[in-house]
Amino acid sequence: MTTPERVVVVGASIGGLTTAETLRQEGYDGEIVLVGDEACLPYTRPPLSKQILMGEWEPGRAEVRSRTEIDDLDIEVRTGCPAIGLDVAGRVLHTSQGPLAYDEIVVATGSTPRRHPGLPTALTLRTVADAVALRDALRVVGNVAVVGAGILGAEIASAARKYGAETTLIGREDRLGFGGVGTLLSDRLADLHAAYDVEVLLRTEVVGSEPATDGTRVTFGDGSVRGFDLVVAMIGATPNTQWLASSALTLGDGIICDSAGAAAPGVHAVGDVAAWADPATGRHQRVEHQSNAIEQAVGIATRIVHGTESGRPIPLFWSEIHGTRINAYGWFDPARPLIGDASAAVLTSRDAADQIRGVVGWNAAPREFRVARAAVSAPSSPAPSRPAEPVEGAIR
Amino acid sequence: MSIVVDTDACVGAGQCALVAPDVFDQDDDGIVALLEPDPQGADLAAATRAVRLCPARAIALAE
Repeated sequence: MTTPERVVVVGASIGGLTTAETLRQEGYDGEIVLVGDEACLPYTRPPLSKQILMGEWEPGRAEVRSRTEIDDLDIEVRTGCPAIGLDVAGRVLHTSQGPLAYDEIVVATGSTPRRHPGLPTALTLRTVADAVALRDALRVVGNVAVVGAGILGAEIASAARKYGAETTLIGREDRLGFGGVGTLLSDRLADLHAAYDVEVLLRTEVVGSEPATDGTRVTFGDGSVRGFDLVVAMIGATPNTQWLASSALTLGDGIICDSAGAAAPGVHAVGDVAAWADPATGRHQRVEHQSNAIEQAVGIATRIVHGTESGRPIPLFWSEIHGTRINAYGWFDPARPLIGDASAAVLTSRDAADQIRGVVGWNAAPREFRVARAAVSAPSSPAPSRPAEPVEGAIR
Repeated sequence: MSIVVDTDACVGAGQCALVAPDVFDQDDDGIVALLEPDPQGADLAAATRAVRLCPARAIALAE
């Protein structure tokens, strides 16, 4: 196998950065070019909806590497340089700054918040600029509607209450969600919001809105209308694959990859944009959690350098809602309720064979949660999603 | 090689203490606590993995 002379990483958030850093740390000494559309250096997203939204961190603290640290690893970073197309057969990335040939490319272009069709002026949260705008808005408003009852909606509602705003959390479904845990924590979350005086409206459809002198008038599915100083919409995200529409890659809900992240010869994908095959089910699935992006990036970089496969990442994510720290690790079956009584700090998810597949810590002591995590094992994989193929682009 | 931790940057994800429990611990708030600043052998390999997995880049290996 030949050594790639240039690895291009497109997308300069944590998945892209981790790919570039790991390539270097694993001994790759060719050229690494990290291409990102934002003007700033790579940053980490979890603090955006937590410490930065709460005003505890200045926005710059989310940047995880300084220019000097990146230069020391001999990684060329091109910021403000959106990707516009990919020539898979010719191995060329097209960017706003011109074409860039590669031997191996790792796509880490992330996702974009979905726009609510009835709420064109609602704020949303994805970038550091979004977080600053939302923080500044929350500081001055009297009441807020947060549309979308997942983790981010809950975190924003939590921040809004901290700033003293009357807060309404609105979901279409009948339960509150929590990322990969699904709605299994809905009752606990509802109690938590109630304790902090968040009004939770479930089974509630927002159908439209219009600007008013003092904010936004929101129309609900039952015809009722309410006014809010600020409306925030967090109704999920779509993978950033538009720029790949005319490429030879297979696109579904994300870039379709095998169970090791390969999308085509010389093309790999990690993070929110990547739909890796689940080795247990063969289904292609995106996972929108940062730890997943990091572990996928480490796996891809190791594969490019050494040709070896790494283990399947175990999902890990966490949140802090009204001061309650919630950690989740593993896999959760929506049909199987979590095991643990109402006051338990650690809840477990067991499969039909009574194996522990996931754990949730609810204000659990770090050590207690860590012990619980160690008992989680991955579901077995009956068969690979496609026959084993030689690994592309390995150095040795 | 020695390990340096930045407790101001730490967000308490606990990845380090899971993958390198002989090198890292967490305090009651989940913030990283360094048990072994100069790990060797398998502990060094585990600490290197922890450096990579840290979502806040709050751990570094220094010469």
